[in-house]
Amino acid sequence: MKLGSDLRNLVNRDDNLGQLVLITILVFALMAGLNPEKFLRPYNFESISYVFPELGLLSIAVMIAMLTGGIDLSIIGIANLSGILAGTFFHRVIEAHVTPDGTVLAYVAAGVVIALLTGLAAGLLNGVLIARLHVTPILATMGTAQIFTGLSLVLTGGPAIVGFPAYWSFVGNGKILGLAVPFLLFLAAAVAVAFVLSRTMLGINLMLIGTNAKAALFAGLRRERMILYSYMLSGLLASLAGIILSGRTNAAKSDYGTSYLLQAVLIAVLGGTNPSGGRGTVLGVSIAVLALMFLSSGFQLMRFSNFLVDFIWGAFLLLVIALNAYRNRTR
Amino acid sequence: MRIFYRSETVIAAVLLLAMILIGLVNPAFWQLDNLFGLVRSNVVIGIMALGVLMVLISGGIDVSFPAFAVAAMYLTIRAMVALGYEGVLLPFVMATLIGLALGAVNAVFVHYVRVIPLIVTLGTGAMVRGFLLGMVGASQINIDRMPKPLITFARSELVGIQNGDGTHYGLTAMVVLYGALALAVHLVLRHTLVGRSIYALGGDREAARRVGFDLRWTTFFVYGAAGALAGFAGLLHSGMIWLANPRDFAGLELDVIAAVVLGGASIFGGRGSVLGTLFGVFMLVMVNNSLIIMKIDTTWQRVAVGAIVIIATATTAWRDRKRRI
Repeated sequence: MKLGSDLRNLVNRDDNLGQLVLITILVFALMAGLNPEKFLRPYNFESISYVFPELGLLSIAVMIAMLTGGIDLSIIGIANLSGILAGTFFHRVIEAHVTPDGTVLAYVAAGVVIALLTGLAAGLLNGVLIARLHVTPILATMGTAQIFTGLSLVLTGGPAIVGFPAYWSFVGNGKILGLAVPFLLFLAAAVAVAFVLSRTMLGINLMLIGTNAKAALFAGLRRERMILYSYMLSGLLASLAGIILSGRTNAAKSDYGTSYLLQAVLIAVLGGTNPSGGRGTVLGVSIAVLALMFLSSGFQLMRFSNFLVDFIWGAFLLLVIALNAYRNRTR
Repeated sequence: MRIFYRSETVIAAVLLLAMILIGLVNPAFWQLDNLFGLVRSNVVIGIMALGVLMVLISGGIDVSFPAFAVAAMYLTIRAMVALGYEGVLLPFVMATLIGLALGAVNAVFVHYVRVIPLIVTLGTGAMVRGFLLGMVGASQINIDRMPKPLITFARSELVGIQNGDGTHYGLTAMVVLYGALALAVHLVLRHTLVGRSIYALGGDREAARRVGFDLRWTTFFVYGAAGALAGFAGLLHSGMIWLANPRDFAGLELDVIAAVVLGGASIFGGRGSVLGTLFGVFMLVMVNNSLIIMKIDTTWQRVAVGAIVIIATATTAWRDRKRRI
């Protein structure tokens, strides 16, 4: 525990963050030790930088919902619906070889706006159900997830929408200054959300509401409105993840990324977010995403099946939770 | 006239109304073979719902039971195939015990580690599915290799009717099992100490502790029973559809939880009844099955289920509005 306590002091006396950094380093060392020639190749890290932003954005979206003791299980539905609506839009307006390049760029920009607005609207629906109608977040977002996925299914009829414009796949596959575009988008979104959560009215209010809902009510905080905004922010992040996902795979489908839901919830919790509300940081969640990315890419390089990686993730989560509980008891 | 204010009465009235409406759109709804088919589709979901009902009343939630059901089913059938076992009783005991043991793991985390049940059951569900598909196998066991006695057992009927053209339909005898389990859960909830302690735990944990209820036993009972019922239902399911698919039951948790909430159980705990749950399950299964005979495109099915979940939960949230904060 000596090393652990040193790290704790190092990382701003934040208990959970210190432990998380330690775990991440251990995972990294373990994976590097098990198959150094494959895991430490730059190519591996480059491919991680393309894959992890989707999951990272979705995890941050879950974390924001958890700040007020809620949860958002509709993020995957929102992400897919956003991609599919944008894809449907492109199919309607863009004719191959006819539309000039500049117009395509404008259409792609419009597609991005459509996707982000979808996320905001979906988040608004969640927020109204949860904040105004007082439906339990689990059930409300489970229900809306069905609706969003169902609408995607109705729009596509089942098969994937393919053939997005090249500018769209640039969002998922491109590079700027040698860095993956998804990674840069994640960075920008993470910094913005971190700022909102720690430096604005909305963020402070959300933490207070999550810490003690009754006290926040008596203190006159506008609880309903703040919770509404938080779900809209979650929806927005989910739709950004949807843009990146459909850009990277150049396709959108109603049942893409369903395994991300569980992983996003696990990462949010591992990242030190308190599922009953009041505590959670973007930094914590980002480190947790990295830890799990190292874990899964390491095991995949060793040719473990994806099912086994799921098993290991679940075990990892329960282990860390048990560890936290054990430490909190002795304190 | 308090009976009109009970949620069971309300859901029964809604159910009746929905049946009349569907019958008006397509009178084929009232044909006996369609009704028998509906009852048959109730059995497996209904048995799982009984377990989820107890978890919800205790103030928890369980999303791991479909994974437990599929694990119990697949492991048992693999064992039966490997050993060439020809019985029926022992496999059901095995599947139930597998579910029970996995449910107990949930209880350990919920009671001792004090993690919120959603996170625990998400984690255990993922682990069990990952283990099953990664370590045991991902291939389906088809009718040719399925144990014959199991299929014969699940095919037994209460009533069998021969049509003029030689086709046959009947009411599955599995509905008796479902009824017996429902009665048992009802009696446990209403007339035993552990049943009352489940309501007490969901109503107010601290009060229940001070009154002297054994909360550890209650938690283990609730999650263990949910796992055991899921395991039993899982094996029954594979007997009824004549195959064992290790990827089965994906996404079933939402349907079952929705059915239980539709039946009047409160997600905050402390409220819920077996009768309401039976109605809720019937409602959900009926809507799912009737979209086809109402000539609505099946791609709308998920939208319909989602809308039902939201309407049902918004209604119960309105009913329970005094309990929030």
